Amino acid sequence: MTASASIDTSVDTHCPYCALQCAMSIDNGKVSPREFPTNRGGLCQKGWTSAELLTSPSRLTTPLVRRDGELRPATWDEALDLVAATLRDLRDAHGPDSVGVFGGGGLTNEKSYLLGKFARVALGTSQIDYNGRFCMSSAAAAGLEAFGLDRGMPFPVTDLDRADAILLVGGNPAETMPPFVQHLKNAELIVIDPRRTPTAELATVHLQPAPGTDLALALGLLHTAVADGYLDRQYLDERTTGFDDAWRIAATWWPERVERVTGVPVADQRAAVRILAEAHNAYVLTGRGTEQHASGADTVSAWINLALALGLPGRKYSGYGCLTGQGNGQGGREHGQKADQLPGYRRIDDPAARAHIMDVWGVDDLPGPGRSAYELLDALGQPNGPKALLVFGSNMIVSAPRSQHVADRLGALDLLVVADLVLSETAAVADVVLPVTQWAEESGTMTNLEGRVLLRQRAVAPPEGVRSDLDVLQGLATRLGQPAERFPSEPEAVFEELRVASKGGVADYSGVTYERLRRGEALHWPVVEGGTPRTFLDRFAHPDGRARFVPVEHRGPVESPDADFPLQATTGRVLQHYQSGAQTRLVPELHRAEPEAYVEVHPDTAARAGLVHGGMAAVVSRRGRTLARVRCVPSMRIDVVFLPFHYAGDGRANLLTNPALDPTSRMPEFKVCAVRLESV
Amino acid sequence: MRNVVIVGYGMAGARLADEIRRRDPKAERVSVTVLGDEAHHAYNRVLLSSVVAGSLTPEAVRLHDTDWAAEHHVDLRLGGGVTKIDRTRRVVHVGDTEVPYDSLVLATGARSWVPPTPGLLDGNGELAPGAVAFRSLDDCARIVAKASPGTPVAVLGGGLLGLEAARGLAGRGCLVTVVHPVGHLMERQLDAGAGRVLATTLQGLGIEFRLGALATGYTPGEGLELNDGTHVPADLVVVSAGVRAETSLADEAGLDVDRGILVDDALRTSDPRVHAIGDCAQHVGTVSGLVQPAWEQAAVLADRLTGVAPAARYAGTTVVTRLKARDVDLAALGDVHVDVDSADDEVLCFQDPARGRYAKLVLRDDRVTGAIVLGAPDAAAAITQLYDRGLPAPTDRLALLLGRALPAENVASPADLPAAAVVCRCNTVSKGQLVGAWRAGATTLSSIAEVTRAGTGCGGCKDAVCGIVDWLAASQPQSA
Repeated sequence: MTASASIDTSVDTHCPYCALQCAMSIDNGKVSPREFPTNRGGLCQKGWTSAELLTSPSRLTTPLVRRDGELRPATWDEALDLVAATLRDLRDAHGPDSVGVFGGGGLTNEKSYLLGKFARVALGTSQIDYNGRFCMSSAAAAGLEAFGLDRGMPFPVTDLDRADAILLVGGNPAETMPPFVQHLKNAELIVIDPRRTPTAELATVHLQPAPGTDLALALGLLHTAVADGYLDRQYLDERTTGFDDAWRIAATWWPERVERVTGVPVADQRAAVRILAEAHNAYVLTGRGTEQHASGADTVSAWINLALALGLPGRKYSGYGCLTGQGNGQGGREHGQKADQLPGYRRIDDPAARAHIMDVWGVDDLPGPGRSAYELLDALGQPNGPKALLVFGSNMIVSAPRSQHVADRLGALDLLVVADLVLSETAAVADVVLPVTQWAEESGTMTNLEGRVLLRQRAVAPPEGVRSDLDVLQGLATRLGQPAERFPSEPEAVFEELRVASKGGVADYSGVTYERLRRGEALHWPVVEGGTPRTFLDRFAHPDGRARFVPVEHRGPVESPDADFPLQATTGRVLQHYQSGAQTRLVPELHRAEPEAYVEVHPDTAARAGLVHGGMAAVVSRRGRTLARVRCVPSMRIDVVFLPFHYAGDGRANLLTNPALDPTSRMPEFKVCAVRLESV
Repeated sequence: MRNVVIVGYGMAGARLADEIRRRDPKAERVSVTVLGDEAHHAYNRVLLSSVVAGSLTPEAVRLHDTDWAAEHHVDLRLGGGVTKIDRTRRVVHVGDTEVPYDSLVLATGARSWVPPTPGLLDGNGELAPGAVAFRSLDDCARIVAKASPGTPVAVLGGGLLGLEAARGLAGRGCLVTVVHPVGHLMERQLDAGAGRVLATTLQGLGIEFRLGALATGYTPGEGLELNDGTHVPADLVVVSAGVRAETSLADEAGLDVDRGILVDDALRTSDPRVHAIGDCAQHVGTVSGLVQPAWEQAAVLADRLTGVAPAARYAGTTVVTRLKARDVDLAALGDVHVDVDSADDEVLCFQDPARGRYAKLVLRDDRVTGAIVLGAPDAAAAITQLYDRGLPAPTDRLALLLGRALPAENVASPADLPAAAVVCRCNTVSKGQLVGAWRAGATTLSSIAEVTRAGTGCGGCKDAVCGIVDWLAASQPQSA
């Protein structure tokens, strides 16, 4: 079975991977970079090799149905009929919430939108969430609270070129979105990361806090900003509320106390604040490292408080932003695949929002909010949980926390359906696998990390036997008794409906058209007529127009090191792989560069555990045991190990991670858990 | 509902009220009454040196806003000191009022100790004009009022707080002299060598020292006479010669008192209905005078009094002394009074007085048991973390002592770079691949980029690729 891609002439598109959405062209199956404000003609190794999956022998081209314990080829009708019949039976027997839906931050806006509509209208279930919960939810929650609106970067990426100073906390763009680094070159860079990452190597000042102590550090930097006379009082008076309550807590985090908790020297705290505050233009940027904690939303609030105290947000060429991770991590959280949201970044518990969406969809009822991602996975197959799950664009067996438990829950389902382009680890355990189109084989819009809507145009024909996710949703919806026109399978038709649904919402796309995007217009949402490259210059999105300080207190990691688990593990990414690695591990060049799971460890820590560089180690937490190749790295903290999370099987870093959730964002504590090292 | 009465609204008392309300936010388990004798709301004593230095306003160091008590269901009564505890009837007297309690917590703190220098106290036992203790927010106001630039100031006491005050006043432009009866500064925390280097560092910031000297007289408007016959001119004398636990209420109530009010691991005094925390309490021989123990005690006691964790115990606090003085990085912890040639311990010592650096590290079984780190901020932070977390120290002791690993030797020439070294990270291109491409004819930056993709990601490696191309060109034998 070989997949063949028929090749058209050169087509402008964007990379299938991260949220930078580097511009590229495809011609004769060959990718070449394209000048664009975000990537400036740069591509990393993932982008350069992205076309290989179009013709990979690993590509799925026929539906698979589990029979006698094995996945066997089936026709589309067989597969869809089986799924629809099972879903109908479950709904009849146990109610609509017996079926769950799990989406992804890599899905186009059209797919995200239609998936949410499918869940709430065709299935009538409240049980839908997506893997973006594991990415952007903490920053989104904090951004909403502070500014009344969450757009990862409320300014164009190119504005960073004008910055004199940038504080980047918990982000490693030199590996996760390399061409982005071009925008950091004119600024003095302060990097906060427990590891000396390639990004930290670029920094003027690198602060290396103990994992899980970023919140204390942020409080401390706010304290120092005040004590060293950098508070922008006029800005506080004119554009913010709530400073005093935030300060009462920050006042108790004097630099020496912060040093003791975080390990960041007082002198470095002062230097960081000085560089940031004395810059004419300055930014505070956050990434997953500081967000993926059970106190992640409060931690981001603390960083935003610092930015507000210095008067940065809402000023041209200054501000706060978060680095969105997944390709459509921004758009994916706006159009209704999140448990608590409806299209246009509307709240599902807002009566006016519900009325508007019911009107657009022509229905007279909608389910309410459902479980968050990990809670949904944890409930699968439980007495009150879903008995079937439909998965689009996610590989949770690798990417969810406490992943063996998640695998066990998936195993307890009556029906697991996975739509994917390759046989991911999650697809491999499914009852039905639906082969779907990817990136260059379909059209759709993506919203990049700066809130700019991009059109990815179909560049090649998909292999025979493969259908788009939109087709799949239409096929299932009609089998569940829905009229076909309610679930269009043409991307532009879906987008036209999304425009209407989002109109008047926070993320208003009503002014965006495929035609305008084809013309290359730069449209950052909200777009009613023109775009909004910078959202807060005149006012913030709260009714009073002001940004809010949020009083937050440091809590520390949920799990502290102890005698049995004396080290702390943190997880992250490598340049060559994307997310769960389901795609990039199948690209030979990427696989050769980073073929297997590894653990970075200080040489002394390795020696004490009887490990040698290049040998194998077991990393053990209360939840599981991961096998990884040892890399001795002298710049590591002596009490911290690092594992990339892209690998499958015994090498899954998420076998270890702690599913403790943030009370607001429901973000799991991916970035710190207690572990020990064992020789194997 | 049990009735908890806290005597004292300083850092310990305020924290206890906070910790109780964190566990019992709606006052469903215990009622809380706080009795404070100062007229204003609790403030953060740790930050008083910042107030003296002028970096924080008095308003900024308040622990609570004025509406804190109402918002948190706390009965806060200010400005009336407790005059008596009646343990039989379980009431405390505030003036004419009686306040009943089920559990009483003494958080009465400490007061400044004034040395018996003639002239320092007036006839009423109050500090004479021009002399101010360094203990309360009101003291700070008095100090700041007198501390205009050029004012001669004497600080009595070269301990932690005295030096913080001295540094803050020097920063305001005062002419500061520290008078200290011992031969070196901060003798409780430092050895003589560290004390000397610290004095040198502070001298560089404009502070003068009279070490090993006793003040024998004070004349307002003139200054201090010392026992070596010299005179220290001072319009302001800041008294920072130590504190004494405030135990008089406990003493009069018949509770067991030594240097502080004696408490057990449950923070109970000799009367189990009466507790003590903070500077007034003495736990296993220690009267701490520091905020960290007070806060940890408040958390334990809140666990017990609210019933959230009735078995909670206070096990003592690991103390790290950290001087809060701008441009001076000093940390001291554990037992540092160990000889360099001690047989039982591993002792490392580094002295660089000319640059204000001094580091002494005491290890036993690979664990840090004591350290003084001065002028090496990174080392102070790292060693403190090792000590607090009980981690084995890295084998590279020199790097630990200096605070950072010595930089790796710079690779001088592309020739020295191993072939496997990755030059372009964005595209995983090694030096070997670049050399191969060059030999195959890609001899310019653009052609080598086209073949290998080096430099096509973030562009950060372009200089390195250029260097390799130039090196290859130069190493090529010249042909005609």
